Amino acid sequence: MAAGASATQFAPWDDPNETPLIRIANVTKKFGDFPAVDHTSLAIYRREFFALLGPSGCGKTTLMRMLAGFETPTAGRITIDGQDMAGVAPNKRAVNMMFQSYALFPHLSVWENIAFGLRRDGMAKDKIEARVEEMLKLVQLQKFSARKPHQISGGQRQRVALARSLAKAPKLLLLDEPLGALDKKLREETQFELMDIQEKTGTTFVIVTHDQEEAMTVASRVAVMDQGRLIQVATPAVIYESPNSVYVADFLGDATFFEGRIQKNGEAYDLIWAEGQPPIRAKSPNDFASGQPAHYAIRPEKVEIRGERPEDDNVMKGRIIDIGYLGNLSTYHVELANGQTIKAQSFNTERETRRRFTWDDEVWVNWTESCGVLLER
Amino acid sequence: MNIGRKLLVAVPYAWLLVLFLIPFLIVLKISLSDVALSIPPYTPTLDLSAGWEGIRTFFSELDFENYVFLTTDDLYWKSYLSSLQIALISTFITLLVGFPIAYGMARAPEEWRPTLMMLVILPFWTSFLIRVYAWIGILSTEGFLNQFLLWIGLIDAPLTILNTNTAVYIGIVYTYLPFMILPIYAALEKLDGSLLEAAEDLGCSRTTAFWLITLPLSRPGVIAGCFLVFIPALGEFVIPSLLGGSETLMIGKVLWEEFFSNRDWPVASAVAIILLLILIIPIIMFQRNQQISREREG
Repeated sequence: MAAGASATQFAPWDDPNETPLIRIANVTKKFGDFPAVDHTSLAIYRREFFALLGPSGCGKTTLMRMLAGFETPTAGRITIDGQDMAGVAPNKRAVNMMFQSYALFPHLSVWENIAFGLRRDGMAKDKIEARVEEMLKLVQLQKFSARKPHQISGGQRQRVALARSLAKAPKLLLLDEPLGALDKKLREETQFELMDIQEKTGTTFVIVTHDQEEAMTVASRVAVMDQGRLIQVATPAVIYESPNSVYVADFLGDATFFEGRIQKNGEAYDLIWAEGQPPIRAKSPNDFASGQPAHYAIRPEKVEIRGERPEDDNVMKGRIIDIGYLGNLSTYHVELANGQTIKAQSFNTERETRRRFTWDDEVWVNWTESCGVLLER
Repeated sequence: MNIGRKLLVAVPYAWLLVLFLIPFLIVLKISLSDVALSIPPYTPTLDLSAGWEGIRTFFSELDFENYVFLTTDDLYWKSYLSSLQIALISTFITLLVGFPIAYGMARAPEEWRPTLMMLVILPFWTSFLIRVYAWIGILSTEGFLNQFLLWIGLIDAPLTILNTNTAVYIGIVYTYLPFMILPIYAALEKLDGSLLEAAEDLGCSRTTAFWLITLPLSRPGVIAGCFLVFIPALGEFVIPSLLGGSETLMIGKVLWEEFFSNRDWPVASAVAIILLLILIIPIIMFQRNQQISREREG
């Protein structure tokens, strides 16, 4: 995870003395009667790489377009660097955007595309030249400066778009699905490039994406959105390991869900979820009352799969009905006696021509009480 | 290449050969002949019964006399120049009128666009000749336009518009406007809206975005539209003869008079050949423009 190394130092959202660069205060945007963004409040800090994540139509793009100035909030207030953005036109904002389609000007060369914004500012000619050179170097496109956009590859176009939007050294860079048009391999490479560039330039990035892996990789914090609302805003690690709802747990990564009722059991809880099945033992920082309905989510990589009964907090018996072989790891779908399927993952650490388990094997799955999350909704 | 494909390629070539190259050669030949009181009204005619000798005399009698004649009478080069002038000015006016219409169409809500397009094409459903005659009724001294202007009190005496160059401009602009609108509309409609947003995002006002993005990107459409108006307007015959006056000098009209009033087919053919040569230049430029914009998209 990107945040892994730097998270210990870089966490302005935990520092009460930090003032956020962007404040979104109770913002609503309606198209007709439909609220695309619904009473949303959010603070984004300087030098953050912030991801807005959600399925299409969740309002993430609308929220970003309001930051760029292409949409005006129906209600609420947006301030950037202390300045109220109401009535400020897009061309008067210290905000630049990288468009999903890249929106490169087809009649201008790569060089002219990057210089476009600088020229509008009336910058001196030699300064423009120096800045464009610097940008070309940043995205390693010096050799292509004279080409037109249709004469370069998709990956190069993406880098031109990035250079163009960074050229004016904006306080805030918005990226609308910046890697959506690239193939998987190139996308992964570019994710790391983006992070490098973000670190080098020190610009605050807000990225909109529907790709959870991408959000997890690049972002310092992720906001998961659904139906115009923010569901959870946290670091990738928190979002993944401690989702606050079934929606978030389901949207990010893979998980098996159990639905049942809570029974207090000392410090921990038991989830009574099916007749004839042992209750699931779980720990939770949140308080649950006995008898309260709850969901339990467990990630497949936390579930171990064994041939004989192990000793653990949660142990269940089942039968393998499906195996997904991914090379580095395998995902097993294990059907329990009551019909519920649980996913378990194990690393293929050895080169085996013969798998340890195969279809219809009777197996045991087990995990410790701290591995899963209890969720209210 | 198999036979089927060869045949397929041969069809357009055969078409061009029969309907373009052969008629062209016939006109070229007539332009090199002399006028005669006979049927057909020129000489020599090819007499194949005389064999090789006949063909040799036939070719020896052809000359460029008619072309030389065109340079001696200033009516001809004045007509060419006047036609060029009228075609250029009316192309420019058509562009000024057509661009805003095309722009408005391209920015209209998507569900309206087919209707607007239909409205532009609708005049083609009536005969061109009838529509030009209708303009006589509008522009004449007792016509609708003068009656209307007198009624609202803008003028005291009727304006003389019919049978002047103004009427010719009105006629050409009216007739060829769709040829200007449609290619410009096609170019503007393709324009990705995010380009304008990107320009604004990078510091352009709406107006500068129009000049720096919309206008350059609609250029292929503008050029195509201009040629589609200029080329037929240059040789236009019906509009100047119906709406124009005696001082309206256009080569199409001169051509018609040479053929039908003077019955001087050889001189008329020479006029036609020169008109064709003048048109070939813009036609080639038009083709180049189309090719360049295709390459840019490809």
